[in-house]
Amino acid sequence: MRVISAIAVSVFRESVRDRVLYNLVLFATLLIGSSFFLGQLTAGQDVKIIKDLGLAATAIFGLFISIFIGIGLVSKEVERRSIYGLLSKPISRPQLILGKYAGLVLTLAVNVTVMTVAIYAVLAYMTWTTPAPIQTAWDAPGVDPALLKALFLIFVELTLITAVALFFSTFSTPMLSAAFTFGLYVVGHFNADLRNFQSVVESKSAATLARLLYHVLPDLSAFDVKTAVVHGLSVPWGYLALTTGYGILYIAVLLVIATLIFSRRDFK
Amino acid sequence: MPPAIRIEELTKDYAIGFWRKRPYRALDSLSLRIEPGEVFGFLGPNGAGKTTTLKLLMQLVFPTSGRAEILGHPVGDVATRRRIGYLAENPYYYDYLTAEELLDYFAKLFGYSSADRQRRVAHLLDRVGIGAERRLQLRKFSKGMVQRVGIAQALLNDPEVVFFDEPMSGLDPLGRRDVRALILELRDQGRTVFFSSHILADAQALCSRVAVVAGGRLAATGNLNEILAFDVRGWELVMTGVRPDVIDRLQPAPRRVTQISEGRYSLELSTDHPPERTLAELAASGASLVSLNPVHDTLEDYFIKRVAEVESARPRSLEASRAGD
Repeated sequence: MRVISAIAVSVFRESVRDRVLYNLVLFATLLIGSSFFLGQLTAGQDVKIIKDLGLAATAIFGLFISIFIGIGLVSKEVERRSIYGLLSKPISRPQLILGKYAGLVLTLAVNVTVMTVAIYAVLAYMTWTTPAPIQTAWDAPGVDPALLKALFLIFVELTLITAVALFFSTFSTPMLSAAFTFGLYVVGHFNADLRNFQSVVESKSAATLARLLYHVLPDLSAFDVKTAVVHGLSVPWGYLALTTGYGILYIAVLLVIATLIFSRRDFK
Repeated sequence: MPPAIRIEELTKDYAIGFWRKRPYRALDSLSLRIEPGEVFGFLGPNGAGKTTTLKLLMQLVFPTSGRAEILGHPVGDVATRRRIGYLAENPYYYDYLTAEELLDYFAKLFGYSSADRQRRVAHLLDRVGIGAERRLQLRKFSKGMVQRVGIAQALLNDPEVVFFDEPMSGLDPLGRRDVRALILELRDQGRTVFFSSHILADAQALCSRVAVVAGGRLAATGNLNEILAFDVRGWELVMTGVRPDVIDRLQPAPRRVTQISEGRYSLELSTDHPPERTLAELAASGASLVSLNPVHDTLEDYFIKRVAEVESARPRSLEASRAGD
């Protein structure tokens, strides 16, 4: 545990000193801030726009961080050969993988927190400046705690994508890993369509294949409750727990496979 | 007491080629035994398999066949790594960390307390001559300075066995001298040092025993003194006040005569005749002795000879291994 936390802290320190991360966070925060002005352009829809844009910015910039830093975690170590020094220390390869992963999850947690604070700050200002009668027309309260549910699921989704990126980077080049991870992200969001594929095609084998893919590939649309939250629809706690459990299970499987691959790998 | 390092029939094939992968034998049945307290030189030209051997010992790569042990434990044993240190060839560490932070990070992996880490890091950075630069990020370090940091990180845990892959690479003459002194200091403390090099002068100055590898195979192993003492090729006699006509009359004639300056000559004599006779003859003509030295095979000569032997045997063995595939 000591080793894993030491590696995690070093990953966090690396990301904090990485200018790319600063740019991403700054840009996302700016975007969230600017949603306030965008909201002014649309009568009555302003709060919704702020929420929509804020949540989308958190998800998209989180995705960039997950993919780019997630892939660099291991592949940079291998490519630049800093892994030689690290692995000659009393650490096992699984510890290295888990430490790297934990470090990036920590980084993501801090980022999502920063963006959450930004969204709530804009919403609080909005609520403060809007007269009470107009507020009654809103679908959901301005500073809506339900947003946290959506933000939490975005965070879980990002940790899952990080695990995917880490998994690919244990055996593939950074470029390919980025492409694979991004591909899986896109597929993952349309995965639910595969489940009902038999209603669209006649071929039985195609339907079976689609169903198999549905079970193997991550179902990322499950993590997307943005629309429901923005429109003031309730997201049950049971759903939150189940989806989080699904994410953790998927992450665990990915990390186990990544560890197995990484433990057998030659560093030429 | 188990040997510090035991290598048995260690072989490593790499797959080369993009589409149709072919095996390439980087290391071929290497066997070595290194006793505790030895400074062992692992010598060979570039591409001989030195780095592959070290990577196998650190389990950065896995052997195709054969096995190796460090301090009586199979390589890859995580607990054994508490007792060893390793400096990779042309090491690279994290750009964004300062030298101090890097060493502190590595020391954390050993589980040392904060005070202990501080003490070790400060002491080692002093030892390798990194001064105020220790608070700079490593991206600002020159190659030689990174090498020094690399040496420091290899010694963080007071290792019993130290593996250095080309420790002198990237260092200026002053740095090389420091590293030599450091290796001798480690030897005096009873530690085992296994270092690879293609610079023979380093081995000559430091090693009790050497192994020469070429083309992935062990070409020779032995005590450095034995290897060198066996082949005395002749004598080098330097005299001053020599008259040129005396030289022409010398019997037996020297193998080679080099005039160093007016009246000062260096004569290379063969081992067939003792040098005393020539010396006496020249002295009788009024010349005086400057120096008389045996001419040994240098490690360089030995190296070239052995490498040539292995290389000439190589084509056949390749054929054999292909036939075996």
